[in-house]
Amino acid sequence: MNKFGFQISTTRSIDLDTADLTAAERLLEAEPSLKACIGCGGCTATCTAAEFVDFNIRRMHTAFVRGQQEGLREQLNRCMLCGKCLLVCPRGVHTRSVIMVMRKELTPEEK
Amino acid sequence: MFSLFVIPFCLGVLALLVVSILKYRRWISQFDKLQQMLVRKGLLSWKILGAAWEAFREGLLHWRITKHHFLLGYMHRSLAFGWFLLIVVGAVQASLAYPNGHLPYVAIFFNFFEPRSETIVHFPQAQFYANLMDALLLYVLSGLILAMFKKVWSRPMGMRRTTKHNLTDRVAKAALWCIFPLRLMAEAHTSAIYGGGGFLVNVLGELIASTRLDHPILEYQWWLCYSLALGTFFTLMPFTRYMHIFTEVFLIYFRKLGLRENNVRTGYTKFEMSACSRCGLCIDGCPINDPLGISNTQGVYLMQAVRNKDLFRRAEKMADQCLVCHRCSVDCPVGIDLEAIRRQVRINSRKKTDTASGYDYLKTVRPFHALGRVAYFGGCMSHLTPGITESMERIFQASGTQYWYMDKDKTICCGRPLLQQGFESQARELRRKNTQLIKESGATLLVTSCPICYQSFTKEYNLPIEVMHHTQFIEQLLLSGKLRLQPQNQLRVTYHDPCELGRGSGIYDVPRRVLSHAAQLLPTRHEREQSLCCGFNLGNAVLSSEQQTQVRERARQNLLEPHPDMIATACPMCKKAFTHGTDTPVRDIAEIIADAIMEKPLHTT
Repeated sequence: MNKFGFQISTTRSIDLDTADLTAAERLLEAEPSLKACIGCGGCTATCTAAEFVDFNIRRMHTAFVRGQQEGLREQLNRCMLCGKCLLVCPRGVHTRSVIMVMRKELTPEEK
Repeated sequence: MFSLFVIPFCLGVLALLVVSILKYRRWISQFDKLQQMLVRKGLLSWKILGAAWEAFREGLLHWRITKHHFLLGYMHRSLAFGWFLLIVVGAVQASLAYPNGHLPYVAIFFNFFEPRSETIVHFPQAQFYANLMDALLLYVLSGLILAMFKKVWSRPMGMRRTTKHNLTDRVAKAALWCIFPLRLMAEAHTSAIYGGGGFLVNVLGELIASTRLDHPILEYQWWLCYSLALGTFFTLMPFTRYMHIFTEVFLIYFRKLGLRENNVRTGYTKFEMSACSRCGLCIDGCPINDPLGISNTQGVYLMQAVRNKDLFRRAEKMADQCLVCHRCSVDCPVGIDLEAIRRQVRINSRKKTDTASGYDYLKTVRPFHALGRVAYFGGCMSHLTPGITESMERIFQASGTQYWYMDKDKTICCGRPLLQQGFESQARELRRKNTQLIKESGATLLVTSCPICYQSFTKEYNLPIEVMHHTQFIEQLLLSGKLRLQPQNQLRVTYHDPCELGRGSGIYDVPRRVLSHAAQLLPTRHEREQSLCCGFNLGNAVLSSEQQTQVRERARQNLLEPHPDMIATACPMCKKAFTHGTDTPVRDIAEIIADAIMEKPLHTT
């Protein structure tokens, strides 16, 4: 467990040429405000759920936009939609909407 | 007594009766278990008297609309109450003329069958009744003229925007508008040939006689047209907005029996949707209509889209646009629970999303032992406005209240934001956890600083202890003398009614009374029920931040109009919204009170 809110990242690479970015495109189309994100991490710092558990909005939507969606679905369900992130965002990103669109995108088809 | 022209009318009435009985039977069978139980238990209770009075007051006199705008109320009243009296007095007139009984349609076409009723020996009051019927017809016609005027120019009738109706509604409306002039013309032609009629019909009859158009064939055609208009209207009625005339009566009765909306669509919802008269009073006040100019998603259009299965995708979009400020529920003259219907649509549209719970991490949260203490729940938002929570702690300490700040370090959201977005099962999970924590702590009172949480705790939870918003709690402290305030310089403030506290929970006076202990309250143009939303309500997740800012600006202008020293509110969300872009300080009531008990302000940012 990362008790200090940070950990040393392991080396990894993202090949944007082979990544499937269709879901990411749909997300940016549904919630264009996400394009304004400067990655300041204010949303993550204030998050209600993150006080209890590993829940990093910035990391999740960054991964999603790069086509790395494994394991995100279970994580996203930890959100309580309380809206604090929305109010602290200096760029007016609709973080709640971003989370809801990601959840919808990650829901398997048969449901 | 029979003439062929009565057939369209009789068929229309028959169709209306059959279709409405079938519809109502189906909707009643779609009630859920609780609703069925409530109807069975209260079917013949004294509540029927209260329901009858309300049905008379709202269905016929249109009291609420009259309070909204006098002329608009007069228009609805003259059409509804006037027509009702026309039917009742007509029935009395016919039964006096034919003491041995008559077929129902005779009362409707009385003048045709009995043009000179004053000659009937046992009916000496005939002339009085003829005049009375003419007066009533004139009353209805005056409303009709106003309705036509409203179609061209609605503003003097108290409506900036009116509803755009669909085709069937428009045809039915045309038929309805024809009924009364046709009746007048038919009666006048009869009077032109045979004499008789009251002050209006008789004069018009003489006029027609003078133009030599008084032929029985023409007379018959006018009566036929009248019957056709009635028949068309009655046949279309169950498929148009005019069904609200009957449904509203049932709805009022069911509401008196205690039936309410819940999170799934039931037969009761069908009654609510049918009781919507599509008057469009929900449009003008809506904060996304004014100032944002989105005028096609309000309650009236949502209901239209929900009723129509093909438009369901649009209904989902409409429901998402809403700020959940409760304004339309307050403005609706029928009292339809529009918020609940929107929530049902949202819950339904989330079925395509994975709503599995991810809250296993809450299992580790253990309750605190706070036996007999006051539990204080700041709420998520209050953690962004530490001035509020610090002030509350100061107030607890100054009044010697034993308290337990249950979400000092970590908050478990109350669940209302999730429910508003349609994530019903997840919201239930959060409620269960919070309920467990509160119950096991042994606290005797729950005080919250956030009106969103307050509404959730009072309406969506079933807690064994009393729940108070902090303004209510502070008032209690002030009244009991536990909290004493220093004499203050007169601070001039305007108060912003938060949607969730005011319209949502009906708390308008408590915050004002508390404020008056420490400040001078200035009135604003839009307050109480008409208060403007701050635009940042969590109920909405689709408006852009520019749009939210526009909504806020309108509310802010309203608050700044009397040039106050400070804007006061009672919601961390509203405070946060107004703080951006205002030089005038924005403070919560808790902060203003905490400042008044101290020498120096506690939290100056």
